[in-house]
Amino acid sequence: MSLGMLARRVAHLLVVLFCVTLFVALLTSMLPGDPVDAISGFASQEQKDQLREDLGLNDPVPVQYVHWLGKFVRGDLGNYYSVTGSRPVMDRVKDALPVSLQLMIYAQVLALVIAIPLGVMTAYRAGSRFDRGSNATAFGLLAIPNFALALILAYYVGVRAGWLPVQGYVKPSQDLPEHLRRMALPTISLAVAQVAVYMRLLRSDMIATLQEDFITMAKAKGISPRRVLWRHALRPSSLTLLTVAGLNVGALIGGAVIVEVIFSLPGIGTLLFQAINARQYVALQSLVAIVAVGYVLVNFFVDILYAVLDPRIRHARS
Amino acid sequence: MPDRDSRDLVDLADIPSLAPTSTAAPVDLVSAEGGTPLLGRKARQGKLGVIGWLSLGWLVLISLAAILAPILPIPDPDEQTASLARQPPMTDGHILGGDGLGRDLFSRIIWGARASLTLAVCAILIGIVVGGLLGLVAGYFRGRTDGVLTAVFDVLLSFPQLILALTLVTVFASGEGVSGSRRMIFLILALGVVSVPVLARITRGSTLSWAQREFVQAARSIGARNRLIMFSEVLPNVLPAMFSVALLGVAVVIVAEGGLSVLGVGVQLPTPSWGNIIAEGRSDLTDSPHIVLWPTFVIFLTVFALNYLGDVVRAHFDVRESAL
Repeated sequence: MSLGMLARRVAHLLVVLFCVTLFVALLTSMLPGDPVDAISGFASQEQKDQLREDLGLNDPVPVQYVHWLGKFVRGDLGNYYSVTGSRPVMDRVKDALPVSLQLMIYAQVLALVIAIPLGVMTAYRAGSRFDRGSNATAFGLLAIPNFALALILAYYVGVRAGWLPVQGYVKPSQDLPEHLRRMALPTISLAVAQVAVYMRLLRSDMIATLQEDFITMAKAKGISPRRVLWRHALRPSSLTLLTVAGLNVGALIGGAVIVEVIFSLPGIGTLLFQAINARQYVALQSLVAIVAVGYVLVNFFVDILYAVLDPRIRHARS
Repeated sequence: MPDRDSRDLVDLADIPSLAPTSTAAPVDLVSAEGGTPLLGRKARQGKLGVIGWLSLGWLVLISLAAILAPILPIPDPDEQTASLARQPPMTDGHILGGDGLGRDLFSRIIWGARASLTLAVCAILIGIVVGGLLGLVAGYFRGRTDGVLTAVFDVLLSFPQLILALTLVTVFASGEGVSGSRRMIFLILALGVVSVPVLARITRGSTLSWAQREFVQAARSIGARNRLIMFSEVLPNVLPAMFSVALLGVAVVIVAEGGLSVLGVGVQLPTPSWGNIIAEGRSDLTDSPHIVLWPTFVIFLTVFALNYLGDVVRAHFDVRESAL
């Protein structure tokens, strides 16, 4: 990848980041009512004025945005305000972010580990009973909302069968097996739909690749089907999968928020949920910004990776 | 938009990440055999087939139920009977039993169809009208117009969509004293806004290819106005692509409302929606799972039917996003 191309991507990234954060700031500034009243309704006038000054609410919106951005970049996410005092949002984000990341990474890995072999096999045996069965199952799985799946799993696997815990979180450093047990149901709830997406995608790309001349060539040379599939066909077929896996992070984030709330996992989603219910708008703004920025960054890196992996794009540019 | 072209090998707009569950149907158009294999021979040819007719029948059934809810002989969905609370299906003539507060579950699901379907259809209509128009303009005029519009779609798409909808609804219609109708309107607007860039990209892609065809050039060469060409030459050809994505979109919005309900900003109670029945039923999951399971089943059938029909439409009109 050329430097000019990278520079252009980075410029684009910065513009998008600017727009996204500005958009979040504008939205939160549009919240009806006085945020100070919402945060601490019973405070004295003096305390309210102090809070207003603290939050910079007396400044015009662009100034507020610049202040907020300056702090945000330096890791100051504002405070939670309550009658008993204020607490930095960052304190809780520090604990919550790993939980959400673990959940999303586990789900993504689980989905790919199941979907890739299935996609390859169904493409190789396209039209067989196995292929049709897997595809029909995938189509069915796509129609189950993940929050509903989470509840169904919680009921049948957690409550009825009692195999897995349905609530709470344990750090991996504390007790790894227990950590995995607690993460199992949330991960599965999140991964199921992704399996269906990835499998179908890889299958159709593989079928197209398998028609190519270089595959016929490889077969003609007497290379075993397994080697042809995994060594020759998988890489060129996996590019779309990669892009979609990157884009799907958006769906994954949305799903993770809901799944965290359902399984009481103390992740960013739960924080977001609490911030909404407790009307903590400063926290809300920072949390939404973190999520959006994270998503933009993931897609940026997928874009770069994509160009690095696919020689056609790498060379088309230079 | 030079930044996009590396990814244009896949049509990105095709990847619906609007909802927690993405409906993936559009992505595997590249299939060498053409069409989705699981659909069976009929659907691959763009014909309805048995499952297609069943899907269509189901959608008609729930639409009718939603429209006719007030005159159907079913109990009041808000009436609470203490003895019915958490009772399993077939208790005292209540087909699906009662919910946590002793309201008739069947009746709530029927009335829930009203809220869920209205919400989904209206949100997607916003997406079709606004997104479709912008996409048509971008794809038809190309150049700078296209660049600016695509950049706007990009920014909108760079939000995780559920989070965007969640933020919009929270900002404009949450908190104490928010009326049910205000919540509903902002849910429609928020989910509509989220669907705009998705539909815009689809329409733009499809317009780009149609606008280059001979009959469009012919129309241009006889001096037809741009507006006329756009609406009477290009639009009719672009509609099938929009329609098939819109069907998937309706499914996605139904599911998204459920997700928002779990987060506390779905359709405002006591008005039932499929999503908020499930969200409410969470607290009784251990003892009365039927409160969650039945509406889930209804959502499942509806989403399945919409996805399936979306695929049939796509196959029928041979919409190939990958070729655009």
